Amino acid sequence: MTAVTLGKGRSAPAGSGLRRRRIADLVLWGACTVALGLVVAPVVWIVVGVASQGLSHFHFGELTQTTVGQAGGLANAIVGTFVIVVTVGVAAGAVGVAGGVYLAEFATARSGSFLRGASEVLSGVPSIVLGYVGYVTLVVALHWGFSLAAALIVLSVMVVPYIVKSTEVALRQVPTEYREGGEALGFRGAYALRKLVLRPAMPGIATGVIVALAIALGETAPLLYTAGWSNGFPTAHLTHAPIGYLPYVVYVFYNEPYASSHQLAHLAALLLIMLVLVLIVVARVIVAATQRHSPHRVQRPSRRRGAARP
Amino acid sequence: MLKESLRIVASFPLAALVVLVVILVDKAWPALRYNGGGFFVHDQWRPGGFYANPVTTGGVSHPPGASYGALPLITGTVEAAALAIVLAVPVGVGTALIIVEKLPARLSAGVGFCLEVLAGVPSVVYGLWGALTLGPFLARDISPLIADHVPDVPVLNFFRGPTGFGEGLFTSGVVLAIMILPIVAATTRDLLRQVPRQTVEGALALGMTDAESIRTVAIPWVRTGVIGASILGLGRALGETMAVAMVSGTVLGANAHSFYSTMTTIAATIVSQLDSALTDATGFAVATIAELALVLLAITLTVNVLARLLVRRVSGVALPVGRGV
Repeated sequence: MTAVTLGKGRSAPAGSGLRRRRIADLVLWGACTVALGLVVAPVVWIVVGVASQGLSHFHFGELTQTTVGQAGGLANAIVGTFVIVVTVGVAAGAVGVAGGVYLAEFATARSGSFLRGASEVLSGVPSIVLGYVGYVTLVVALHWGFSLAAALIVLSVMVVPYIVKSTEVALRQVPTEYREGGEALGFRGAYALRKLVLRPAMPGIATGVIVALAIALGETAPLLYTAGWSNGFPTAHLTHAPIGYLPYVVYVFYNEPYASSHQLAHLAALLLIMLVLVLIVVARVIVAATQRHSPHRVQRPSRRRGAARP
Repeated sequence: MLKESLRIVASFPLAALVVLVVILVDKAWPALRYNGGGFFVHDQWRPGGFYANPVTTGGVSHPPGASYGALPLITGTVEAAALAIVLAVPVGVGTALIIVEKLPARLSAGVGFCLEVLAGVPSVVYGLWGALTLGPFLARDISPLIADHVPDVPVLNFFRGPTGFGEGLFTSGVVLAIMILPIVAATTRDLLRQVPRQTVEGALALGMTDAESIRTVAIPWVRTGVIGASILGLGRALGETMAVAMVSGTVLGANAHSFYSTMTTIAATIVSQLDSALTDATGFAVATIAELALVLLAITLTVNVLARLLVRRVSGVALPVGRGV
């Protein structure tokens, strides 16, 4: 540590050691800046690249017409994606929130960590494995055929762990005093849960569901062999009616040798990116709006506001 | 009453896992019996004659000449995921360091947004972009640079040779690296923010430079979490399907002979071969796909559980679920 001469090290006798240490510093931050560039560059590259290709031959008919063979429009896929995402939001949302409530409010330490572990492990199952199992059981063994019901179940199994996790985290941030206050006032369990615990946790839960929907929106592997594909609009049938969705267009139409199908694939990719961006922004707005009114504002990382001032 | 019904719902993920494994083992049973241990050693993928009369071997009905070897798929999966980890971990950790230590709040929020976008972009879109933009770019501008400057010695000559057209191991690894960056970077960032400020200030007061205080204070504090997040990213890279199916070339029956050659992974094979497997009237090809799914499930679940056990045992910090943001 002889080289530790604070401050004006450049003129000190041990300057060469200090210079080496300063160079190490420069190299570190140089490498980190390169790393930062390598994170930001792909984002810009993907968004701009997909947008320019998706818009190069864009006309509004592509949003209002249904697919005809390999051409036409994407209206059926847009509506189909919307139907799939909304139904997954309802089904997986209900199951995931209930599971998260149990883990946060009722589970014992042992059973909680066991069920939580199972949920985390389920989130690590590759989506194509879920798709395959959905195909052999729901589509083939139960004779549902390619259908919304099969797609819905497979996608819900995939995103439930996300919602369980975010719900549990949101509920754990609600102060214990709220629950004790409810008990002191003699509220019944379900009522206190709804009014005192779930309500303040709602923004966190909603954000979790939105993130899960953003994932469900772009998934392809679990849907290829469960939802099938349809050139027409979704029907009211849960089974025996294949349904179109945007990711299918990106994967399958890209592999077709026609300019029209490539154009639709690019447009579908652009629409997917835009929808994901919208969902991310909505989630951020919810977080920002509720943080402003949160009683725990002081406890949140103070760096953010502190560092903003020079 | 409320508690009991909630407990039933909360058991859903566990039940789903059990059902998943039971169905896969049941479906894969004929393939497990007929393919045997050779499945993990051979590199030929021969579905046999679907239109000939089926043959029965040891009680398993299959098309004549059916012989499946998954070795190239397994090595391809591991190689692409390993490349992704090697690329993503330094970049992710470096980004996290600069976000926490240097960037002003507004910029670091912007980078956080970029990470969320990277985590949110659907994997087919990565595939499309990788196949049309990134792959050709790497093949034209990056691969020749590497191939021409690597010395021709035994291990390194894997990086030499014809650089192809942008479909293959290199492109797959880079695309996977971009996809798992958010897990590594966001987890490391959140862990670095928990490093006690006073210890860092103590290090600075001793006259340490940034690099030294990071090495002696921050890195030991976050190491386990970063390793856990990296293993989690590895799990995701191993199971990633669509992007790899679109940029790897999905070539069956051959190991990648160079860094740039076309290859395939288990997940990409399942999604690209299931269609043709369905035309096997004996159902043996579909059973083999089930065996592949079982192998993939075993690999990814082992990796996932290891990551979580490691992190839970050492630091008590929970790893994120899924994509990490």
